[in-house]
Amino acid sequence: MLAAQVLVAQNIAFGLIAAMMIVGAIRVVSSNNVVHAALWLVLVLAGAAAQYLLVYAEFVAVTQVLVYVGAVMVLFLFGVMLTRARIGKENDLNNNNWAVGIPVAVVLFAAMSLALITGYRADKLPGPSAAVKVDTRLISDSIFGPYLLPFWALSFVLLVAVIGAIVLARKD
Amino acid sequence: MLINQFLLLGAVLFCIGVYGVIARKNAVMVLMSIELILNAVNLNLLAFAMNMNGEGSADGHVFALYVLAIAAAEVGVGLGLVLLIYRNKRSISLDELSEMKG
Repeated sequence: MLAAQVLVAQNIAFGLIAAMMIVGAIRVVSSNNVVHAALWLVLVLAGAAAQYLLVYAEFVAVTQVLVYVGAVMVLFLFGVMLTRARIGKENDLNNNNWAVGIPVAVVLFAAMSLALITGYRADKLPGPSAAVKVDTRLISDSIFGPYLLPFWALSFVLLVAVIGAIVLARKD
Repeated sequence: MLINQFLLLGAVLFCIGVYGVIARKNAVMVLMSIELILNAVNLNLLAFAMNMNGEGSADGHVFALYVLAIAAAEVGVGLGLVLLIYRNKRSISLDELSEMKG
């Protein structure tokens, strides 16, 4: 009985956050103001972090807040400030044939939702009692155990990205 | 909770991101749309991780963390490129970049 109530609360939370994320995402791709689009993106990313909490991925949720909402958004705002002298409404943010994107997105979504609905009709996620908690210890055991080689590769990618970004953005 | 509600939310975000990549001309806005796409992928990975966590593995979480790190690197390099393009052309409209056209 208690588990059912918890699930109802989780479903309501999912619905609210999902609606917020979809509205935010639509505003990101339709806003005429670059700074406003970046701030709507903050809403979507924070909502994603909340959804990660709903699937019991606490560590990824905290990392999402740190990396995306913290670092990446600051980078985006810096990018906007450094490339745009004026802040405000702009009319030339879209391509001339931007309307082509709408049917592409709708057809893509129709195909994906058809595949998902026929594939996973009403499969339930394991409830809070049945779910095995994936805690930080298990994640670190995985990263520094079976996934050590990808972790090294990732470290090299980050190093190359840092050096590359400095080389690209440096004034000679 | 159904697994499909997370997967469909991911699909919606992915399609909005694809629309943004196609429709936007400003390079920074295209990068933001790519972030939407990467977040949709992460949502799918974590939903599948919860769906299959009977064996007590953290594979989906590790994948999501790696996607996050790659996304951060991609934004860093992407914004470096955008700054370079802006410095050379005084504009970041992607339809003015035609040097590599055959």
